[in-house]
Amino acid sequence: MSKIGEIIEASTSEFMAQCYELHQPPPFGSLVKAREGEIEIYGVVCDAATTSIEPGRHPIARGREEAEEEDVFRSSPQLAKLLRTDFSALIVGHKEGQKLYHYLPPRPARIHSFVYVCDAEEVEKFSQSFDFLSILVAAKGQADELIAASLRHAAQAQPDPRRFLVIAGKELAVLLGAEPNRLNTILRRIRR
Amino acid sequence: MSESLHNERRGENEKRLGLVVSGSLSRGVEVKLDSTTSVEDIAVGRYVTIEGEKGRFLGMITDIALDAIDSRLMTNPPEVSDPFIAEVVAGTSTFGRVHVQPQLTLGGDVSSLLEGPQSVKTVPAHFSVVKEASEQDVERVFGQVEEKQFWIGTPLDMEIKVRLNPTEFVKRSNGVFGKSGTGKTFLARLLLIGIVQENVAANLVFDMHSEYGWEGTSEEGRKVKGLKQLFPSKVAVFALDEESARRRKVSTDFVVEVGYDEIEPEDIEMLGETLNLTEASAQATYRLARHFGERQWLERFLALEGREELNELAKALGEHEATIAALRRRLEALRRLRFLVPHARDNAIQRILEYLDRGINVVLEFGRYDDITAYVLVANLLTRRIHAQYREKVERAMGEEIAKPKPLVITIEEAHKFLNPGIANQTIFGTIAREMRKYNVTLVVIDQRPSGIDEEVMSQMGTKITCLLDNERDIESVLTGVSGKSELKAVLSKLETKQQALIFGHAVPMPVVVRTREYGSPQSYKELGFREAIELKKEAEKELEDLWG
Ligand SMILES: Nc1ncnc2c1ncn2[C@@H]1O[C@H](COP(=O)(O)OP(=O)(O)OP(=O)(O)O)[C@@H](O)[C@H]1O
Ligand SMILES: [Mg+2]
Repeated sequence: MSKIGEIIEASTSEFMAQCYELHQPPPFGSLVKAREGEIEIYGVVCDAATTSIEPGRHPIARGREEAEEEDVFRSSPQLAKLLRTDFSALIVGHKEGQKLYHYLPPRPARIHSFVYVCDAEEVEKFSQSFDFLSILVAAKGQADELIAASLRHAAQAQPDPRRFLVIAGKELAVLLGAEPNRLNTILRRIRR
Repeated sequence: MSESLHNERRGENEKRLGLVVSGSLSRGVEVKLDSTTSVEDIAVGRYVTIEGEKGRFLGMITDIALDAIDSRLMTNPPEVSDPFIAEVVAGTSTFGRVHVQPQLTLGGDVSSLLEGPQSVKTVPAHFSVVKEASEQDVERVFGQVEEKQFWIGTPLDMEIKVRLNPTEFVKRSNGVFGKSGTGKTFLARLLLIGIVQENVAANLVFDMHSEYGWEGTSEEGRKVKGLKQLFPSKVAVFALDEESARRRKVSTDFVVEVGYDEIEPEDIEMLGETLNLTEASAQATYRLARHFGERQWLERFLALEGREELNELAKALGEHEATIAALRRRLEALRRLRFLVPHARDNAIQRILEYLDRGINVVLEFGRYDDITAYVLVANLLTRRIHAQYREKVERAMGEEIAKPKPLVITIEEAHKFLNPGIANQTIFGTIAREMRKYNVTLVVIDQRPSGIDEEVMSQMGTKITCLLDNERDIESVLTGVSGKSELKAVLSKLETKQQALIFGHAVPMPVVVRTREYGSPQSYKELGFREAIELKKEAEKELEDLWG
């Protein structure tokens, strides 16, 4: 299991982590996890950004003379140290002992906890229940994009991705019973 | 249905259809279909079981509907042209609903096994699971049909046999309804065969179109055997029209003649509508009978010639001349009926009674006289007198220690001509329908316009068997006084146009839609116990051989 970053801000519903590698956050909608003592906390990546390490200072354009984009960093190796990539994850469940819970953990993750990308096997296990969808449905911001991305991501880990998406879609149809427009938007983004 | 599908249905795990979501005892329950169940696979009239908390219910699907979780979906429908989206929304955003009328409870415990299915006194709880009924479930209700027993058809999509309880059936008058060409005659023929086979009553059939006794035809013009061909020793064919019988090579047992001296004013009164008689002319017949004498009035009245004689008669009776003249004109129509003679050579009523006494069923064929005047006249006339005899016998049997006569079932077509509200109070058929089996006589009435039949008569019927009806008033009249009426209405109006019938009433434990048993193929005759002459001969030879060793 690969360590991808480290938590720098945490609440019971969300955490933010800094990536160890610049420009390489986990994909939007993918499943990540962090540990808090005995508890493993699962999140769905809901945002990622690369910014200057000093708040308020913006990088300036440097590539006018360069042939390739990579050359910008090659010419000024110190640049990578001035930038950081962060990502946020919406917490969708946790595991205590061997048991999975598709609802929020009792405590937030600790700062500096490592964040791991879940492998296919773990994604499949976690997505055996769709209870986490109700958390995503209620998310602020681009909830529908997030739901679609997370389902597409989880589908890749399934033996029968289409069937998985149909069942997920049916779950959403019930959750979004009063919001047929949202349902249509999501279904169009996950259809196969 | 394909064979494989059928096997699937018969499997251990009956297909789950959905969940109960609401309902009431009086109106039945609403079932939300599972997303895996397509409304298009459901049909009204089918049976389902409902697994309640405390017991199982057997019910009939009486309506099917489409529903959506939110009405806004209808104004902004999902992209169902995309198979993925169509699959998602089926059963969730949009779903099927069916209405189920619980009919009986099938307890699972030992005591209920002993008691058998019970009537429904409650409804299944919320979210009880609804499944297709298994053949075993339905068979438990209708009972297993033994080799020698008669069955009328099979429930929709099932291979079990539905039997009418024969003793219950003949206890009351019954009706066979359905619009033209839906299979009433075929059904009635089967009912008659059932009565003959089960030997619960003797039949007297007024066979207007000559299709029960010797031979009928199917719509494709094929000939189908009548009762006499199937049961030669148990059925006698009486004919009103000897010529027609001979032409059709019917083996006739008796040619019926009716004497003018047998026709009473009542008989003419019953013809009021068909002969277009005024009330005054109908009443004048009674005066004529008094004037000329009971047995001669009609012959002598018809023998009068010219205006003068008629006017003289009118004066003698104190009637208007016009009334008498009109009556005479109308009664001229009777001359056309060749079976009417001044005096019959033999007494048809006595002959019929003799046959019936010996347990032989009588079919009276009308031949070419298949119009309503002849039919109403003869059926009324004969039935009045036959009923009187039964009545006398039953009354005697009550006083003395002699056996009651064997029950008699009289079959009439175009029943509304005998039982319409205007005359049902006066006709013999109305009397029989209302008195039930008091004198061991009941009716099977066949009609395509049940709304024309008196309401009280309809409500007295024990069992009703009805093919498709599409006129609202006819449907209404057939279902008058039946519990779950509005639910059955939906079922009734959705029957197939042929060979399907809804049966309800005393002779069945619960309402049932059947595909009527096939009639007319060699196999069907065989199943009804018919054996070809060659076979009979072989059997006889074999018996002889056995006898001589
Ligand atoms: N049980 C059956 N077996 C085989 N064929 C049937 C059966 N029932 C109906 N049919 C077919 O349907 C046709 C019409 O049936 P039938 O003559 O009994 O209708 P009906 O209701 O008596 O019509 P009408 O009102 O015109 O007298 C038959 O000629 C036959 O072809
Ligand atoms: Mg008919």
